[in-house]
Amino acid sequence: MTTPDLTAAPAARPTQPAPSTRPAPRRTPRRPRIGTALTYLSLVAASVVVLLPLTVVFLTSLKTSEEVADGSALSLPGNWLNTDNYVTAFTDGKMLAAFGNTAFILLFSIGGTVLIGSMTAYAIDRFDFRAKKTVMALFLVATLVPGVTTQVATFQLMNGFGLVDSRWAPILLYMGTDIVSIYIFLQFIRSIPTSLDEAARLDGANAFTIYRKIIFPLLKPAIATVVIIKGITTYNDFYIPFLYLHSEELGTISTALFRFKGPFGAHWEAISAGAILVIVPTLVVFLLLQRWIYNGFAQGATK
Amino acid sequence: MRRSDGSGPPSGPPSGPPSGRRSWRDSPVRRLTPWLFLLLPLALLITFTYVPVVNMVYYGFTDWDGISPDRNFTGVDNYVQIFTRPELFRVFFVSGYYLAASAVQIAVALYFATVLSFDLRFRNLFKGILFFPYLINGVAIGFVFLYFFQDGGTLDSVLSWLGVTTDHPWLGDPTSANASLAGVSMWRFTGLNFVLFLGAIQSIPGELYEAAQLDGASRWQQFRHIIAPSIRPVLSLSLILAISGSLSVFEIPYIMTGGATGTSTFVIQTVKLAFQFNKTGLASAAAVVLLAIILLITWIQRRLVPDDKVDLT
Repeated sequence: MTTPDLTAAPAARPTQPAPSTRPAPRRTPRRPRIGTALTYLSLVAASVVVLLPLTVVFLTSLKTSEEVADGSALSLPGNWLNTDNYVTAFTDGKMLAAFGNTAFILLFSIGGTVLIGSMTAYAIDRFDFRAKKTVMALFLVATLVPGVTTQVATFQLMNGFGLVDSRWAPILLYMGTDIVSIYIFLQFIRSIPTSLDEAARLDGANAFTIYRKIIFPLLKPAIATVVIIKGITTYNDFYIPFLYLHSEELGTISTALFRFKGPFGAHWEAISAGAILVIVPTLVVFLLLQRWIYNGFAQGATK
Repeated sequence: MRRSDGSGPPSGPPSGPPSGRRSWRDSPVRRLTPWLFLLLPLALLITFTYVPVVNMVYYGFTDWDGISPDRNFTGVDNYVQIFTRPELFRVFFVSGYYLAASAVQIAVALYFATVLSFDLRFRNLFKGILFFPYLINGVAIGFVFLYFFQDGGTLDSVLSWLGVTTDHPWLGDPTSANASLAGVSMWRFTGLNFVLFLGAIQSIPGELYEAAQLDGASRWQQFRHIIAPSIRPVLSLSLILAISGSLSVFEIPYIMTGGATGTSTFVIQTVKLAFQFNKTGLASAAAVVLLAIILLITWIQRRLVPDDKVDLT
């Protein structure tokens, strides 16, 4: 990229086939140096913007309350192994119960979403029935209704069922309104050849056996996508647990952290530790599953 | 149903398939089967999406408080209130901040997606860093930025490092508070746009770039003539998400300011009306307005950008 003839590229290119050009100027990095430098500069700047607020909170979580009160936000903690704040956040923030509740809700809502999404997709893709168009339309129109808008009325309904302040309320809502996963399954199920179904049918399998033994196992990649998207959005959701789970012992990660701030109003070292405790699992999952996460969210949002 | 498929013993030869097929397809079991699969999904869909929407429209015409058994029909009174009481209508203007932030967000995401779709050192690291905020818990983000904007917090410290000293309370007056919150939401959501754009750009066949490069097209020309046209569907999707997202902001302002200092948004207001002030009727009407706006925007967008991928049957 240092060779000077690069700026003259348009003229030089057409003659390329002739191997005349000296020490083979690299084809790809055609950009002038300044451009590359600016690109990296912008990337580094963006990384700082992303990481700085998080880093500072991490540093704060290791400080003592005196250090937080006296020093600047950017100063380093005196003792890097000070875990007092984490203990405070974990015990006073009732984080163990919160992780437990979140795990419970995650387990059932993910399981339910996978089952419901794949069943719906199977029924819609593999059967012809009169109301098919109507059913499709019902699911399609529902995508346009954002959950935040309908909660005023949904709450009354849940209240009527006596499910307010029960972990089943969020589970039902997460299962029942996840249309994105139905689309992901639908998209995927179409790529499974119907000849497989037919062969199984000739062997005497009924629709349920086909679904259970053939379709469902083949859906694995789609299931992975749905589990990841659903898992992360459920773990992070605040709105629904905030509306439906009032008792403190039913707190999820989000609501427990939200409540924790109350009594610790100005104790930023403890609040920071709580925030980091909540972020770390996400970070671990992200580092382990990076590739699938990008694809999952790209698929989930465009469907 | 298992034997009627022509494979049954009596009419062995495949000469009978038309009738055999048909009878099998029309058999009551076969006709019922899809419904067995759809029963639970449809029940949930109708119970938790359609019934609430219908109820909400109905509540919107009443003065119901959400508790008492009697509700009076008040016609369009709630709607008149929403559009005439300035303190209720104000939340629409707050959305403007988020809308502006979304525009910047889309531009920034597009820039980084373009840059990172080419070969670069540490490409995956940068990708990860830019996307990660989208995965973080909203409450944690709220606290991180509450500390960020504190007096003597992260922002002030960085500024004083750079030689700028301010004692501006960032969340202290409506303009800067809303701008700060919109900035946080930008920080949080740029990663999603970025990944969507990146996916779209990477699905462009590589030969196109090579051909363009052989023709001596500059990076800008490549962007203009190859990248921009092929990501139009994703771009238009991002625009709807941006608009409906800006109208339905809840978490960040609720967690950070509780809607104080003029940062209350449409959803915060609706939640407060419904669950703190027991004005279920009025809150429902507000939710209907929000829903109507979002549906309208989606409809306009579908009209303007016919999207071939929408066909799902």
